[in-house]
Amino acid sequence: MSRDLRMREAQSAEGLAPGSAALLLPEPSDVGVETGGRPIRSQWRFVLRRFLRHRVALIAALFLIGFAVFAVVWPHVSSNGVNPPITRALSAHAREGPSWSHPFGTDQLGRDQFARVLDATKKSLVIGFGAAALSTLVGVIVGGLAGYYRGWIDALLMRFTDLLLVLPTLAVLLIIATNPNPSFFGLFDLPPATEVGGMILVLAVLGWMPMARIVRGEVLSLREREYVDAARAAGASGPRIILRHLLPNAIGVIIVFATLEVGLAILEEATLSFLGAGIQLPDVSLGNMITTAEDTVGTHLAYLIYFPGLVLFLLVLTVNFIGDGLRDALDPKSIR
Amino acid sequence: MVKFVARRVIASVVVLVLASMLVFVIVREFGADPARIRCQNSRAQHQCLESERKRLGLDKSLPAQYVDFMGDFFQGKWGTSQRTDRSVAASIKDDLGETAQLALWGIVFSGAIALAIGVYSASKPYSAGDYLFTGLAFAGIAMPTFWFGLLCIQFLSHGLQDVFGTDQPIFYSIPNPVGSGIENYFREFALPVLVLSVQLIASWSRYQRSAMLEALGSDYIRTARAKGLPRRTVIWKHGLRNSLSALLTVIALDAGALFGGLIITERIFSRPGMGTELLSAVLNGDTAVLLPWMLVVGAIIVGFNLVADLLYGVLDPRVRVA
Repeated sequence: MSRDLRMREAQSAEGLAPGSAALLLPEPSDVGVETGGRPIRSQWRFVLRRFLRHRVALIAALFLIGFAVFAVVWPHVSSNGVNPPITRALSAHAREGPSWSHPFGTDQLGRDQFARVLDATKKSLVIGFGAAALSTLVGVIVGGLAGYYRGWIDALLMRFTDLLLVLPTLAVLLIIATNPNPSFFGLFDLPPATEVGGMILVLAVLGWMPMARIVRGEVLSLREREYVDAARAAGASGPRIILRHLLPNAIGVIIVFATLEVGLAILEEATLSFLGAGIQLPDVSLGNMITTAEDTVGTHLAYLIYFPGLVLFLLVLTVNFIGDGLRDALDPKSIR
Repeated sequence: MVKFVARRVIASVVVLVLASMLVFVIVREFGADPARIRCQNSRAQHQCLESERKRLGLDKSLPAQYVDFMGDFFQGKWGTSQRTDRSVAASIKDDLGETAQLALWGIVFSGAIALAIGVYSASKPYSAGDYLFTGLAFAGIAMPTFWFGLLCIQFLSHGLQDVFGTDQPIFYSIPNPVGSGIENYFREFALPVLVLSVQLIASWSRYQRSAMLEALGSDYIRTARAKGLPRRTVIWKHGLRNSLSALLTVIALDAGALFGGLIITERIFSRPGMGTELLSAVLNGDTAVLLPWMLVVGAIIVGFNLVADLLYGVLDPRVRVA
């Protein structure tokens, strides 16, 4: 149990990391037995069917897809730009509260907040999914190797993973995100965290460890199954067994944790940008929009912080709900 | 027991040494280059870089730099901040006191609320109340701390002040502007503690709930109920005692991270402390602060992890053998 507890992302008190794993604790009553008498369907049909029955997760998924589609389509439909030239006509509409023509109001310069929030949302989603994909890739490789080969490879990789988990996440993120000329040990240059690509890299550096631990645990137990023995007896190589036999069977937990990683990455990016270490103006991010509007707190212009924050909150919430729905849908023991 | 403690202490020291190396590599290789920051406005970029690197000892190999730095660190030569010319050791000492206060109140408050929610949810699983708290936990975990902090200032500081029409806000949004005394202390700490607690309560209450559910499902609970003990006694005595070690361990694990993790709360409420120290250091290119800061926070985290391990061993004798 002690190991188990340490496994969760115990760092970052303000919850850059904790949390998400807490929602995945096993519930004793989740255990059920599949009853017979149903027609045989493929695994993914089952998963889809169970996910569609999870009403909250379904609504969350529709909401997120709607959000993403809207963020992509809106700039082509609307005449309000993200950074329009500051003209007199624009300034005439400065500091207008929410209305039909400007659903999120306008800022001190008259720029439409709705267009800006949508652009920032698009960035959040790209960074969230990008960082989660990269973290998952690294985590799966590290965890797969450690779990399959065991021995000194496992010891080395997992000690390193544990070591990274000890560090205070947000502090390390701040230190590497504020480097204006990042490079990989002086060998080649990396994009700075003020760009979307650089931000994805920074978040992935500290994002892969939980995935590595999860995949390792799963592979450790799967590798003892008979079908792995059979594959080995048939002469399959280590990498082939990992790729073709072990990982496909661990895909459930991988997907669930990758989803949670998306939410975490979105939150981390917004926090870094809010603190001044990430995306910089004139590029908008949900985080730096709130920083810019921080001095409106306590005035009637405070709506400038409500909407970016609300959208950020809803994004993370929906992603986490989807993760929860996927957990139920992918768990073969679930009877739904 | 002595063997158990000794083993854990030695393991912690090893982790600390390895962590210091990792931190060193991260700060030196992936953090901003101090020489480049100093040469930002220099016209002779190349010469400036070279001489600064030499002066700061950055031209040596990484292991040599590490040995140099650790030597100075253990002799108490932590350097001075390039921005304020203050000794880094002195600033960190002051900051630790500030952050410790906030962290302590946060732990006490969050721990108490999380315990109550967890016990309630587990004793009435799948009731309306349980679903409500589950929903709130989801919301708490998805809540951006910095946004929640600004909302608190908007509504609980400015908003309440407008409602009651007082001269001073009821809850301060900055460190105590007027007077001392216990009342002002409360008005100063109420909002920061609330803000830093949201995520802690959300995650701790889920741990308490699942630990409590596990405890309530075991045979000794059924025995206790069967021999006629009232439900209340069984929950609060048998159930709680057997589930508490999990929560205490989680709290001890998170407590260390709080010392380096209050960056957002301190920033929102303009408070001095470890978080503010690090944030102003990274934003102003004050690289001298980073390494000592990371080592101190790393030591605190490893220390609390050790406490968590030992605590678990004391509370659950089965762990000691393993």
